[in-house]
Amino acid sequence: MTDTAWIDAALTSARPQAVGALLRYFRNLDAAEEAYQNACLRALKTWPQNGPPRDPASWLIMVGRNAGIDEVRRHRKQEALPEDEAISDLDDAEAEIAERLDGSHYRDDILRLLFICCHPDLPATQQIALALRIVSGLTVKQIARAFLVSEAAMEQRITRAKARVAEAKVPFETPGAVERSERLASVAAMIYLIFNEGYSASGDTAEIRSPLCEEAIRLSRLLLRLFQSEAEIMGLTALLLLQHARSAARFDADGAVILLEDQDRALWNKALIAEGLALIDKAMRHRRSGPYQVQAAISALHARAEKPEDTDWTQIDLLYGALEIMQPSPVVTLNRAVAVSKVRGPQAALDMIEPLASRLSNYFHYFGVRGAFLMQLGRNEEARVAFDRAIALANTSAEAAHIRMHLDRLMRDSKPAAAKAVK
Amino acid sequence: MLYAILCYHDEDFVGSWTKEQDADVMKKLAVVQDKLTKQGRLGPVARLLPTTAATTLRKDDPPLVLDGPYAETKEQLLGFYLVDCKNLDEAVDVARDLGAANPGGAYEIRPVGVFNPGSVTP
Repeated sequence: MTDTAWIDAALTSARPQAVGALLRYFRNLDAAEEAYQNACLRALKTWPQNGPPRDPASWLIMVGRNAGIDEVRRHRKQEALPEDEAISDLDDAEAEIAERLDGSHYRDDILRLLFICCHPDLPATQQIALALRIVSGLTVKQIARAFLVSEAAMEQRITRAKARVAEAKVPFETPGAVERSERLASVAAMIYLIFNEGYSASGDTAEIRSPLCEEAIRLSRLLLRLFQSEAEIMGLTALLLLQHARSAARFDADGAVILLEDQDRALWNKALIAEGLALIDKAMRHRRSGPYQVQAAISALHARAEKPEDTDWTQIDLLYGALEIMQPSPVVTLNRAVAVSKVRGPQAALDMIEPLASRLSNYFHYFGVRGAFLMQLGRNEEARVAFDRAIALANTSAEAAHIRMHLDRLMRDSKPAAAKAVK
Repeated sequence: MLYAILCYHDEDFVGSWTKEQDADVMKKLAVVQDKLTKQGRLGPVARLLPTTAATTLRKDDPPLVLDGPYAETKEQLLGFYLVDCKNLDEAVDVARDLGAANPGGAYEIRPVGVFNPGSVTP
């Protein structure tokens, strides 16, 4: 690895802890970011000459704090700190000082930093953008590219988000147990949002957006390292890994969606699957189930099936049933219906989704799934109506193309498709 | 004598490598491994999944199952090599070669007492 690549990786990995600690000192996001930027500039100058510090995060916190301290010195009395020059890069004293400054704080620092980004006052798109900017350190340009918006629009979105966070006054005291667990839940939800932002890309944008998935996985692993015994964080991490493992198989060369059962399973990433399965195994031992664990368990059943026909749909049906109780939502029921169609046939599945019609009247997947069930039942005319509606509601060109494929098949097969019905 | 070369590195840091950086490091390590294989000196090699996937069993009475790796340290055990070396100098040389391909972190070099090659084929 070149020097620059090494420094980049070191700065990226130290960033959440360093910015989190600087935020605790300065209690202001802009001041913390600026102090961190100053420390990074200093690092780029001195690390190639002096060699890397043993603990890059502590180095950045110290130097960043010194750099930012003049700003606040006028307002608050501060403990005297050693000069930068006194901090020897390879000296153990540096780690000791940082230890004294931080001690047990770093867990709550990182959690607070993540939590600030997912403040309930912020709409989801602002939460994600802010987290990617502040915690992950992506440039505005990189984030704008992933969101497929202009740099100026993204800049504005992040500025607005920061202003709202500043007004929101997140407390800086060490959180209590209840507050910590609430923060953890919000942060988990935000990481899931980042992942979905990358995952819901269509074929032509998947390449651009998949870094969002990778970043979400990195943040999720980070969170799990801080809270090692949280079964739901294991579940979240497992879910993201298992979903992301399929990314190379999800689109064909033209960018059209390939459904799970048609995917080339040889393209699934075995290392990610192994890690995901290991985590869900670990989580289950805690016997404290939760929505992420259940979704990960469903994903795991797909991952464990070597061929689509090996899929344990009965178990998937049961897991969706559990999810419906934990997190009642018409979308969950819709997903369950797909499993039901495999276990009890398309009529039972259709009966299950009929009551959802009014609530999902603008939901693309509802009509796609409904059309598929009708097609399996040989009710081609009704299937065509459902597919037409789905196309009108498609969010991406890939979704529309996929439905059009069904329509083409309907056109070709003038005779009832009953033969295609699921065994 | 067989030596275990245990690989320690900051997991956060390794986890921040891009896919290209990771592949680049693996390619360089493969060169060192190929050389050892050709000399008939390379035993099993393993890269471990992240410590988040680790579980620790404390052999108390009753035994205690804990989430996470054995020790909370700045650098974590991420993998190992088994290499046949005449003496410690040779083992250190191998570690140096590996270190040149993958700088940062540390290798712990431990002579192996009992070795059973086992029979698993993954």
